[in-house]
Amino acid sequence: MSTLPLVALVGNPNAGKSALFNALTGARQKVGNYPGVTVERHSGRLALADGRPVELVDLPGAYSLEPGSPDERVTRDVVTGAQAGERLPDALVVVVDAANLDNHLRFTLQLLALGLPVVVALNMIDLAERDGLVLDPAVLSRELGVPVIPTVAVRRRGIDLLLEELSTAVGGATAMKLRPSDPALHEDIVTLQRRARRIATAATVSETPTRRWNHLLDTVALHPVVGPVLLLALLFVMFQSVFSWSEAPIGWIETGLAALADGIKDVLPDGFLRSLLVDGLIAGVGAVIVFLPQILILFAFILVLEASGYMVRAAFLMDRLMAQVGLSGRAFIPLLSSFACAVPGIMATRTIDDEKDRLTTILIAPLMTCSARLPVYTLIIGALIPNTRLAPLIGLQGLVMFGLYVLGIVAAFLAALVLRRTVTKGASSGFMMEMPKYQWPRLGDIGIGLWSRATIFLKRAGTTIALTVVILWALASFPQAPSGQKQSEYSIAGRIASGIEVVVKPIGFNHDIALALLPAMAAREAAVGAIATVYSIDNPDEDAGEVRLADRLKGRWSLATALAFLMWFVFAPQCISTIAVTRRETNGWKWPLFMVGYLFAAAYIMAGITYWLAVAAGL
Amino acid sequence: MSACSLEHLPQRQRATVAAIDWDRLAVPEARRLRELGFDEGVGVEVLHRASLGKGPIACRIGRMTVALRRAVAGRIQVALIA
Ligand SMILES: Nc1nc2c(ncn2[C@@H]2O[C@H](COP(=O)(O)OP(=O)(O)OP(=O)(O)O)[C@@H](O)[C@H]2O)c(=O)[nH]1
Ligand SMILES: [Mg+2]
Repeated sequence: MSTLPLVALVGNPNAGKSALFNALTGARQKVGNYPGVTVERHSGRLALADGRPVELVDLPGAYSLEPGSPDERVTRDVVTGAQAGERLPDALVVVVDAANLDNHLRFTLQLLALGLPVVVALNMIDLAERDGLVLDPAVLSRELGVPVIPTVAVRRRGIDLLLEELSTAVGGATAMKLRPSDPALHEDIVTLQRRARRIATAATVSETPTRRWNHLLDTVALHPVVGPVLLLALLFVMFQSVFSWSEAPIGWIETGLAALADGIKDVLPDGFLRSLLVDGLIAGVGAVIVFLPQILILFAFILVLEASGYMVRAAFLMDRLMAQVGLSGRAFIPLLSSFACAVPGIMATRTIDDEKDRLTTILIAPLMTCSARLPVYTLIIGALIPNTRLAPLIGLQGLVMFGLYVLGIVAAFLAALVLRRTVTKGASSGFMMEMPKYQWPRLGDIGIGLWSRATIFLKRAGTTIALTVVILWALASFPQAPSGQKQSEYSIAGRIASGIEVVVKPIGFNHDIALALLPAMAAREAAVGAIATVYSIDNPDEDAGEVRLADRLKGRWSLATALAFLMWFVFAPQCISTIAVTRRETNGWKWPLFMVGYLFAAAYIMAGITYWLAVAAGL
Repeated sequence: MSACSLEHLPQRQRATVAAIDWDRLAVPEARRLRELGFDEGVGVEVLHRASLGKGPIACRIGRMTVALRRAVAGRIQVALIA
């Protein structure tokens, strides 16, 4: 373990700690305009003004040293040195929001009482100025007895001064020790709060009321009627765009991949290697990669919602509905991020105070339609739902997609309702949340967010999915089928699939689906890769560019089967990472196993009902 | 000077917190409320109310905007500022 001096960034939620962390270390930690973005410690390195390297940790925001939620516990443990195997920080950078001093100074006073060297970053000074607030850092510094540096983390203002003060603070002659007996540590919140308010007033030079954009925006966004309609419209546009804006870029990627496959066919002789490359990797992994544009569009929307401050407004609007299923509006934020991926969504539940509330949210998070389902949905919808326009901007395919999202949400709510009355029974918890000021989303932040998602997606396609598809390709290629028999049925994979088919036949699944279900356990998108690989193996002579995967499906699947397959994916917990993170966040196997069990049962039943109804309706 | 609970405070009517019925709040709720700056004498104002029936309210406390449920707001007595 490194023995570099340790400096921790601490402060209230949404004060700009992560933005400052990024400015100081050049890292790309996620920043977002709502409390509770960071839920675990992240560390990075930086060089002080005098060149000494130190380790900097970014911590989850907290309101006090008495933790209310699991993320706040992390912060408390780090700054008090209680974290097992962790050293006590050598200094703290306390980040406060300049426009919200009376509240943020209270936690600062508590942190000062710890006795560690402190530098205060008076952050968001630009927003304070926008609000007509003039502060005197010198007064603040005198009152607190520590250096105070005005900063604008997102514009790197004040960083150099901060580094200089930090050089003095770190490794000063006296070896600092915690003073757990300091009376201020145990002073009650109210007393500290009053002191904080007094200091804030003293440090305020002048205050001129300004126009209140925030209030105006909220008058619309939180309006009893307009607000919910706006939220619904936003979600609708989001899902619709995922479908309609991505058509062109998907086409380009498909063309590129087809050219690549044809190029390889021209160069390599027919045989083992060519099949591995063309049928295995390009068909399988390519079938997944084409969905990159859709995933990026979805993430762009979510990132803008997060950066603007709308997220907490959405939580506010949803609270009433969430209360009816025994959750709080707060849970809506992790659930909305689960549209991107359930893994960060489940991590984000750490901000929920109530244990039962949090557990319920974890258990229903996999029902939110994550981006890994997009490839599956898109493929099936594209193949079997006609692309008719119902109205300008509204297509039938987009509507079905929206319907699947809504279905996931409704299912999640129903699941919460049942869970809260059975396995996670408990008093309903409250909803209390700070609402951040609106901010114009910063293009750089969105860009970084998209970039990191794109890398994660491509890495996953290049590792997990590539590996799954190659294994499947091998199992589906051997042994060679005698002529007249289908390779996808004769091979090892085909025989395994025939075994699975027995179980899933009653709900309308065919041999193709049975074959795709096992690789889908590694990652949902792998189902698409698997189907593509198998079709490619079955039709080795076709030019890749000639017949699109969707067109191949058209002839082979009935609509009833396709609908049942879609329904299966709404529920089925086919994602190893989600199961793993659930195990970690609930400290054991009990809840992940329960989650997998109830979701598979729901998937089987719902797919079955869909199939039987569709068949009865003559589809 | 008249008084009522924060739950029934008219929108945009400036007021100060007169008393908070801590004993009738759940322990974690009371702690959060204190942490968000609720205390006797602090200025408050109701900014927005979600849906007409129930739903949370958004209020300004000090310089912060905070969302809370009506049940909690009902435990907070406020004194109107003329
Ligand atoms: N205008 C302005 N915005 C800032 C500044 N610092 C941070 N922000 C924005 O404030 C929001 C919160 O920043 P974060 O760095 O995520 O805050 P945090 O303290 O890490 O928050 P948690 O992880 O939730 O505790 C983001 O939208 C940032 O872009 C600043 O100095 N000026
Ligand atoms: Mg953060």
